[in-house]
Amino acid sequence: WPVLISVICSPPQNYPLYIRSIPTENELKFHYTVHTSLDVVDEKISAMGKALVDQRELYLGLLYPTEDYKVYGYVTNSKVKFVMVVDSSNTALRDNEIRSMFRKLHNSYTDIMCNPFYNPGDRIHSRAFDSMVNSMMMQVC
Amino acid sequence: PPDEALFLLLHNEMVAGLYRAAEQGEGENGRCTTKLESMGFRVGQGLIERFTKDTARFTPPLDIMKFICKDFWTPPLKKQIDNLRTNHQGIYPPQDNKFRLLTQISAGKQYLEHAPKYLAFTCGPPPGGLLNLGIKSIVTPPLSSMPACK
Repeated sequence: WPVLISVICSPPQNYPLYIRSIPTENELKFHYTVHTSLDVVDEKISAMGKALVDQRELYLGLLYPTEDYKVYGYVTNSKVKFVMVVDSSNTALRDNEIRSMFRKLHNSYTDIMCNPFYNPGDRIHSRAFDSMVNSMMMQVC
Repeated sequence: PPDEALFLLLHNEMVAGLYRAAEQGEGENGRCTTKLESMGFRVGQGLIERFTKDTARFTPPLDIMKFICKDFWTPPLKKQIDNLRTNHQGIYPPQDNKFRLLTQISAGKQYLEHAPKYLAFTCGPPPGGLLNLGIKSIVTPPLSSMPACK
């Protein structure tokens, strides 16, 4: 089942630092989905000011469903966004599993930030990060 | 605790080493301060990511300033900021009365001229951390008497 994970850096740049999908042929199509989901993320964040959503959570939940995919979002305090796109037919994946996947992404991203050889804003090229993402995706597919 | 002493010693060497290199023709004093500050800046970016990993979402700017004074200042410098005021126009002078990186230098006027070198690195992390939280900032460190600083 197709799955995509993406890490997007903070505004105003807002470009992806990392995108990985299974199967990889879908990657280009997913770029578009990720891009449009950024608008939804921004909407949700600004809606928090109106106290409609739990302000204190980093996890944003289901951003929007399309007919083929479900898109989930998570924004850190440092305004880095994580987006996950999952096939709609994958009904076995539950909310708390998605939350824990985002936590793992956040933890690995923090490790990357603390790596002195990494410049903030660069694309992420890390074997540790890749293997974490790989094992997560294996569990989902 | 050993890691505290390690950081103090490393910091002192960083300052001394940079200035030695400068004397050997690498540039004037101003560049050393910038280098120290930008090292601190990058460290601040990493630190803020790690420290905010498990906290709830902040409401700027008050939550953020409180966080900087308590949780961001304490781990490296072992105590919270003593005093934080604001003029409500975007200036927040935090005051630390016993700034750890200066306590090794004897109190009194004689070293006041050199003390700013030891503040340069520490001026880095707050803007670095704040930038990653979405706030642009500058830090200026006025020193009036050792070992306090603002």
